[in-house]
Amino acid sequence: MYSVNYHRASSVAEAATLLKSGDAKALSGGMTLLPAMKTRLAAPSDVVDIARIGELKGIKVSGRTVTIGAATTHAEVASSAELKKTAPAVAELAGMIGDPHVRHRGTIGGSVANNDPAADYPSALLALGATVVTNSREIAADDFFTGLFETALEDGEIITAIRFEAPEKAAYEKFRNPASRYAIAGVFVARTGSGVRVAVTGAGENGVFRQGDMEAALAKNFAASAVEGISVSADGLMSDIHASSEYRANLVKVMAKRAVAKAG
Amino acid sequence: MSDVSLVVNGKSVSATVEDRTLLVQFLRENLGLTGTHVGCDTSQCGACVVHVDGKAVKSCTILAAQASGSEIVTIEGLANGADLHPVQIAFKENHGLQCGFCTPGMIMAATDMIARHPGGLDEKTVRAELEGNICRCTGYHNIVKAILAASEVMAKGGAGSAKAA
Repeated sequence: MYSVNYHRASSVAEAATLLKSGDAKALSGGMTLLPAMKTRLAAPSDVVDIARIGELKGIKVSGRTVTIGAATTHAEVASSAELKKTAPAVAELAGMIGDPHVRHRGTIGGSVANNDPAADYPSALLALGATVVTNSREIAADDFFTGLFETALEDGEIITAIRFEAPEKAAYEKFRNPASRYAIAGVFVARTGSGVRVAVTGAGENGVFRQGDMEAALAKNFAASAVEGISVSADGLMSDIHASSEYRANLVKVMAKRAVAKAG
Repeated sequence: MSDVSLVVNGKSVSATVEDRTLLVQFLRENLGLTGTHVGCDTSQCGACVVHVDGKAVKSCTILAAQASGSEIVTIEGLANGADLHPVQIAFKENHGLQCGFCTPGMIMAATDMIARHPGGLDEKTVRAELEGNICRCTGYHNIVKAILAASEVMAKGGAGSAKAA
């Protein structure tokens, strides 16, 4: 790792000021940023530790509205009794990220801001039509994820919370790379009062995306059999040594069927 | 430079270190606690697992400065003098190690796992929970047996005089 200046912010306002210094990056759980710095893929001049900021932590459920503070860890999301009751699919997804030790450090805000094309949370946010709340505005998930590791965040903008309406039914299924355990294809299915949304992670060349044909079919009939007749195109899907785009296309369908079956 | 203050295995320690110092480097090089191992250095293998404020984390993927203010327990902090922790006893009795390199991380992960499952563990859960710990001797079978045995002993309150971790 190259030399770096470490700062610990005690408030969002202080973090925002600190992020203006040099080529600074926000450091939350550090589960992606620190490995990237160790391999010198990232070399920020400064890191601003936002993990201990009280206002960024915690899960609030008010009626059907769920708000998760950006510095809430995957372990906290996975074990939240309130969340297991209101939006169990989200708690379950959090419990499927990485391993127990990674879940003790990694945070929802960090995962969303990083927008790794194989990360799990982006599919949940997109399928739930969630809102990304930052220190300056609110961004719809539809507008937030803009490409590989790319988001709508401006320089120095900090995610403070993720907010969504609890779905009627939802589930997440992923097919893991047997070595890295990252999703080769992951599908989050959510049915809400306004319809069905299906979001795919791990497979798209451009990161997370919605599967429109499945959404239309599931809106008419929310059953795994409704997905059966849909052919998923391999166009725009990733192809690498782990899986061809055709294989990923098939996995998207299989994961979607499993997710719908699990959502019940 | 960062001023780092920690409580490590019950003892307060302070030092001024480079900001980029990883917690595992701090433990091994500044404090001489070389029981915590560096296997992969890429947060895959879990040989470096320690407890930070009661939670198992990979000490190769957290800066010492991030941990400042926290309580750390390493493998050296589990036994009470000559009395081994129940998880250490179970690894010994079940031959839960071959070369032993992954063992400190396995034991720290196991104590965390048992603490998070007060209702007890089954084999499937143990295997799933070991996702973040790699044994390159592939000696998982006895590691799983050891964790299940320790979990039963600890559920019966047989923690003996060893410290709860």
